[in-house]
Amino acid sequence: MPLAPAITDLEQLKERPPLARLLGWDADAVEAAKFDRDELTIVVKRPAIRQACALLRDDPALQFNFLADITGVDWYPSEPRFEVVYHLLSIPRHQRLRLKVRLAGDDPSLESITSVWPSANFFEREVYDLFGVRFSGHPNLRRIMMPEDWDGHPLRKDYPVEGYR
Amino acid sequence: MPQMFTPTPTLDATGPRTMTLNMGPQHPSTHGVLRLLLEIDGETIVRMMPDIGFLHTGIEKTCEAKFYQQAVPLTDRIDYLCPLTNNLCYVLAVERLLGLEIPPRAQWLRVMLNELTRIASHLVWLGSHAIDIGAMSVFLYCFREREDVMRIFEMVSGQRMMTSYFRIGGLALEPPLGMFDAVRKFVKRFPSRVDEYENLLTTNPIWMERTKKVAYLSPEDAVALGATGPTLRASGIDIDLRRDMPYTGYEKFKFKVPISHDGDVFARYMVRVQEMRQSNEIVRQTLEGVPEGPIKADAPKIVLPDREKMKTQMEALIYHFKIVTEGFPVPAGEVYQAVESPRGEMGYYVVSDGSPKPYRVHVRAPSFANLQALPTMCEGRLIADVVAAIGSIDIVLGEVDR
Repeated sequence: MPLAPAITDLEQLKERPPLARLLGWDADAVEAAKFDRDELTIVVKRPAIRQACALLRDDPALQFNFLADITGVDWYPSEPRFEVVYHLLSIPRHQRLRLKVRLAGDDPSLESITSVWPSANFFEREVYDLFGVRFSGHPNLRRIMMPEDWDGHPLRKDYPVEGYR
Repeated sequence: MPQMFTPTPTLDATGPRTMTLNMGPQHPSTHGVLRLLLEIDGETIVRMMPDIGFLHTGIEKTCEAKFYQQAVPLTDRIDYLCPLTNNLCYVLAVERLLGLEIPPRAQWLRVMLNELTRIASHLVWLGSHAIDIGAMSVFLYCFREREDVMRIFEMVSGQRMMTSYFRIGGLALEPPLGMFDAVRKFVKRFPSRVDEYENLLTTNPIWMERTKKVAYLSPEDAVALGATGPTLRASGIDIDLRRDMPYTGYEKFKFKVPISHDGDVFARYMVRVQEMRQSNEIVRQTLEGVPEGPIKADAPKIVLPDREKMKTQMEALIYHFKIVTEGFPVPAGEVYQAVESPRGEMGYYVVSDGSPKPYRVHVRAPSFANLQALPTMCEGRLIADVVAAIGSIDIVLGEVDR
């Protein structure tokens, strides 16, 4: 099966239910969208992420009730440097959705979604530990993988693979 | 919602009645190097805090420095009880990035070996869970059958545990002569062996006393806390990715998804035992009609050529040299591929920037998320129940810490 080209035009995608719901709530909250390899990605603006998650979880037609994963990607040296990636799953409807927030390298912080899904706790701690992205409103934002007194954030692209010698 | 407290609490507990107890990282029932901080009042747990990271080896960072095909052996080491499931999830993600079509024979063999892996993993779980609670002999019975599965893995890949048998584009090798006979023999014998384990445990009054109504997890909590797999299904949520979002040809096979509504340790035990029977049933179905044909996709720039061709054909030699020394570029994009591992939803999020090395590989480890449900299960219960609760969520610390 040859790859179909990715659709990144917001106009073509706006009929998709999750995107339509977010655009109907606040058209300014959506920065971009992409449909590629059968996966829908919505890039949400930083202040809107917690409310967007709550909206997608509680909407009776969408029911994205399960947070599968949170992770980060570092696009150093380009800006905006960080992406925080959320993978949502709708258990009743068997559908997946990817949300993204783009963050600038000089201020990598955003709102925690632990109040929407308590399962975000460990995932956000992991992103904080390995990328140095801070989540405001997190109940216990501490390192989870690395030792407490570790310097640096290992999954950043400017951190050497062998570590600092 | 569970509360998380400081990872290094002091012993001057706040109340006059409570004290802090350190369980692990060397405690035998923590299945590796899990450290639990317990604040206890007598024998009752007031608060619990899992402390993880002792096995963190930076596998995700290492993957970024390897070619796509070189990352396959690394995935074995993430969850060392189900290496083939990790292989499968990673290669499926990369194959989706590439848009590769996998021949049916390879898909059938993948399903067969993946289900054998599930059986082997559940056998380790059952044996160690029973030994934690005090039933010594079950462990010996379980490892007898696990050895049979390990021999089958050794036949196909030359390795008992770190198999790396699934490769991008298909399988590493054609399975050897006699492998199907060995699987057939195992499948025929296995249901009676599960009966043996059940005879020892299911209606055993001591076992029931230690597991029924222990470590209860409500369906709402299970979803909110990110539990997946048997832990979620034992709380009454009916989802199995093999049936509901099929991959690698699972839609061709018929099987039941066992669920339970009790949400306790016994329910998780029953769900897993029935899953072993269902997995055996799937393996039996795969044996009945393995399609003939190639085991590798027709993509000479991605899949290594056969040894024989390499020695006789110029092009094959060139492709081999190119793949080994330069890797192969993968079109830019990102994919999240989830499979049903023995422990729950295992997901690989692979990001490509168009180069021969993955830009980012992230593993959504089911044990990592299931561990978050542990404090909710244990708070307000007795210390002795913690051992049963840890066993019932079936964590593998290699996967938690990665």
